[in-house]
Amino acid sequence: MRPPLPVTLTLLLAVLSGLALAHPPVQVLSPWVRATVPGQTATGAFMTLSASQDTRLVAVRSPRAGTTAEIHQMTLSGDVMRMREIPGIDLPAGQGVALAPGGYHIMLYGLRAPLRAGDVEPLELVFRNRAGERRTLRVKVPVRSDP
Amino acid sequence: MSSRPEHRGLRLGHGASFQRALGIGLLAGLLMLPGGCGEDRRPIAFDSTDISGADLGPDFNFGLRDPAGQVRRLADFRGRVVVLFFGFTHCPDVCPTALSRFAAIKRLLGEDGQRLEVVFITLDPDRDTPPLLARYVQSIDPAFVSLRGDAAATRQAADAFHIYFRRVDSGSSYTLDHSVLSYVFDGQGKARLLLRPDQDLRAVLRDLKLLIDTTTSRT
Repeated sequence: MRPPLPVTLTLLLAVLSGLALAHPPVQVLSPWVRATVPGQTATGAFMTLSASQDTRLVAVRSPRAGTTAEIHQMTLSGDVMRMREIPGIDLPAGQGVALAPGGYHIMLYGLRAPLRAGDVEPLELVFRNRAGERRTLRVKVPVRSDP
Repeated sequence: MSSRPEHRGLRLGHGASFQRALGIGLLAGLLMLPGGCGEDRRPIAFDSTDISGADLGPDFNFGLRDPAGQVRRLADFRGRVVVLFFGFTHCPDVCPTALSRFAAIKRLLGEDGQRLEVVFITLDPDRDTPPLLARYVQSIDPAFVSLRGDAAATRQAADAFHIYFRRVDSGSSYTLDHSVLSYVFDGQGKARLLLRPDQDLRAVLRDLKLLIDTTTSRT
């Protein structure tokens, strides 16, 4: 006897969430993106990432047309500030890694509309674990004018 | 825990003259102390780097304009303590952080905040159009002044303040490496201090308050 459709869907969902548990997602803590003013096409996003197994942030994408996201690192040597795109950020198991002013951040370029404090900005974080498996995490990042 | 790093991080290229200027400044500080009482003859001890005597006079002409198109000179701000620094609006990190810090300091100064002028000079005139610059800076504090020049004037102003900057391609765009020191001028328009971005906010507040108290007057 075939189970009714809702039961099948529920089972399917249970299986899918079981799969998700097999690859515990990275926790995204206190994310925020800095608000922009009209005409400003770039800004930075910040958050703390915590993975339960060794993982690496390998890419960030913006679902917004025309907007690109890059992983950046700011360094201060002497009194000179330098900002560079980096290929990724290692997230050692159990250690929170901060993307915060003064260090790593996600750089957004090509914004077509201002990000206003109180809004949320969608971002897609792409992680790769030690087995080489990639997973994408969609996050809604609150827009704020200050940390 | 901060150990007064006198000239740490300075990229001034005129180390000797700055040392000399510093010496003159310290001497001047000693001479200005009220004579006779003899209790405390030390010059004012700032947490920030003291550059009193540096050749950045009150008549310095930025050759730069505010977003309304007005040419601004350092002398325009006489009677107020001026914090001046360079940055660009596509900077996600140190520039907004510096602007926010100075906005916070101004708030903490209360009434005296009226005697503090914050001036932001863009190093990226290509992208920082006057309207964008005005909106960006004034979104943090409507009273903050922003200045902009063409590429040559920008280079000239940066050189005058020994500010290093360089355009660097980054991914799909470009960014700017740049010095992140802030200059402080007193109420008479004299160069007095260099602020570092890693300084404790309270220490900067104390230094600016000291300059406001000693070199400006309530009107």
